Amino acid sequence: MSISLLLAIGGLTTVGIYLITARSLSRIILGFSLLGHAAVLALLTAGGPAGEAPLANQNDAETIANPLPQALALTAIVISFGLTLYLLALARRQQALTGDDLVEDDLEDLRIATLAANEEDDE
Amino acid sequence: MTTLVSLTILAPLLAAAGALAARRLPIARDVLTIIGLGVAAGASMFMLNGVHHDGTHVVRVGDWDPELGIVLVADLFASLALPVALSLIFIVELFAIGQRRTAWGANPELAGPLLSVLAAGVSLAMLTGDLFTLFVAFELILVSSYVLLTHQGRRGQIQSGMTYVAMNLFASTLFLFGLAFVYAATGTVNLALLTERIPELSSGVRIGIGAWFFVVFGSKAAVFPLFSWLPDSYPTAPTTITAIFAGLLTKIGIYSMIRFHTLMGMDELGPVMLILAGLTMIIGAVGALAQGNVKRILSFHIISQIGYMLMGLGLFTAAGTTGAILFLLHHMPVKTVLFLVGGLIENDQGTSSLERSGGLARRRPLIAALFAIPALSLAGLPPFSGFIAKLSVISAGVESAHPLVVTAALVAGALTLLSMTKIWLGVFWGPDPDPDALPDTPTETKANRRLMRTATALAVAGSIFISIFAGTLFDLSERAANDLRDAEVYREAVLS
Repeated sequence: MSISLLLAIGGLTTVGIYLITARSLSRIILGFSLLGHAAVLALLTAGGPAGEAPLANQNDAETIANPLPQALALTAIVISFGLTLYLLALARRQQALTGDDLVEDDLEDLRIATLAANEEDDE
Repeated sequence: MTTLVSLTILAPLLAAAGALAARRLPIARDVLTIIGLGVAAGASMFMLNGVHHDGTHVVRVGDWDPELGIVLVADLFASLALPVALSLIFIVELFAIGQRRTAWGANPELAGPLLSVLAAGVSLAMLTGDLFTLFVAFELILVSSYVLLTHQGRRGQIQSGMTYVAMNLFASTLFLFGLAFVYAATGTVNLALLTERIPELSSGVRIGIGAWFFVVFGSKAAVFPLFSWLPDSYPTAPTTITAIFAGLLTKIGIYSMIRFHTLMGMDELGPVMLILAGLTMIIGAVGALAQGNVKRILSFHIISQIGYMLMGLGLFTAAGTTGAILFLLHHMPVKTVLFLVGGLIENDQGTSSLERSGGLARRRPLIAALFAIPALSLAGLPPFSGFIAKLSVISAGVESAHPLVVTAALVAGALTLLSMTKIWLGVFWGPDPDPDALPDTPTETKANRRLMRTATALAVAGSIFISIFAGTLFDLSERAANDLRDAEVYREAVLS
């Protein structure tokens, strides 16, 4: 397991989480794609040390890299690619409806804030 | 048997493809989805019969070794939950066909095929024998749910849909990290092999993996404190969609939790689960009391009821797991029906707000009856299915001497009855609403209305069926729980 891969996973996760906490949807989408990369790298790292390409009848079974995590990682990449596109479409729609792509306030929070404001007015 | 197991996944998928191709031919499209979902539901019932008599059946997809390939495991737990889930999707699709010709319904070109894809995802999630396929099945369910939730593109839907998608995407990423941890620690993602290798890990790593997956499945199941996305997003979708989400989606999370944590013997997580179960029940029920709209009240009760299943699981005793399984079986139809009735109310008077409605029991006694049965069942009154399910969870809690969580369960039960009374007073009794204050009701024909009511009545009949055969179901749940608790049974079925 190489230290540079681990650092890359850590870095991607940090930046990804930071971006997800942002208010604008385009940043959130970027955050998710970075997090997705981190998860895929983690899967690859879990498969053990790197080796030759896992091709049947060409390379020795002893020296090849573990192909199973690679298959899992490929599936995960396809899924996260599709979902990123869907989020982009949602952001586009939000922009068309409201003029920007900011995540709006939580409904329940808004209601509580209004209640609190009303009580203050009464006093 | 192999055919039956495969049919539960393949039939809806093929129907979805056909229905998408025939999306401009309304009748062909609807008939195709109904056939696909009907075949899947029928196959799952035969599967239950087969598993009941001959024991667990394992399908090795592509005849690969279980260590490398995908295995589908039809054990008793899966075969109990699957017929309930698939019949509900079938019933909801009937309701949707009735409703979709009105402006309030989901877009018919998309809703049918997507519900079918969702059904295939549910089958795969329940049958799969490895964690990675579970991840793929979750994604299949979630992607169709994202589209179902937001496809009408209304402002409220996009707003809450973004929270819903972001929340679930985050949980899915955590799932992927969890898979990496499990693979790094054990070198496999196959559940049967994991039952062997996870207990060999050091207790820190083992509990870490258990806690990680508790968070992953818990955020899908809307366990406290991960539930805030649910009451905002569910009520914005068309009723049929909400009904399916309410009845199934959170339950898939809790189903996976019961399967994973019981099979892996994560007993150490029990106390944490019980505390969170108590909080989930109480906070969901209290949250419901503060709401003034039928759909929002019911959404908070989804959260509250998840607490009971989590409590049964958290006890980590045979009686507790039995209770959790029975509760799961009872809860799916009851919750779906309540939302379908919410849809009938909305269709009748144009709103599901408590303040603006009233007097429905006089005008529409059938809707009132269809609401009363599942509502009393949800509150846990005898002789309905909710009573038996709640009783088995609570008595399991008493048996293992956990007075706090038992008290929480009883309090939440009383609060549930209170908010069901609130809906009854607001919607079904009281003076008729002022017709001018109501928004326009969607135009509906007699045939549409009949189809919607038949579908709701079918689901009510299903929930009554569960209370009539509660004894048999309890025995089956007990057997399923014992099979889950004894990992040896599962391992032998898959690996030999």
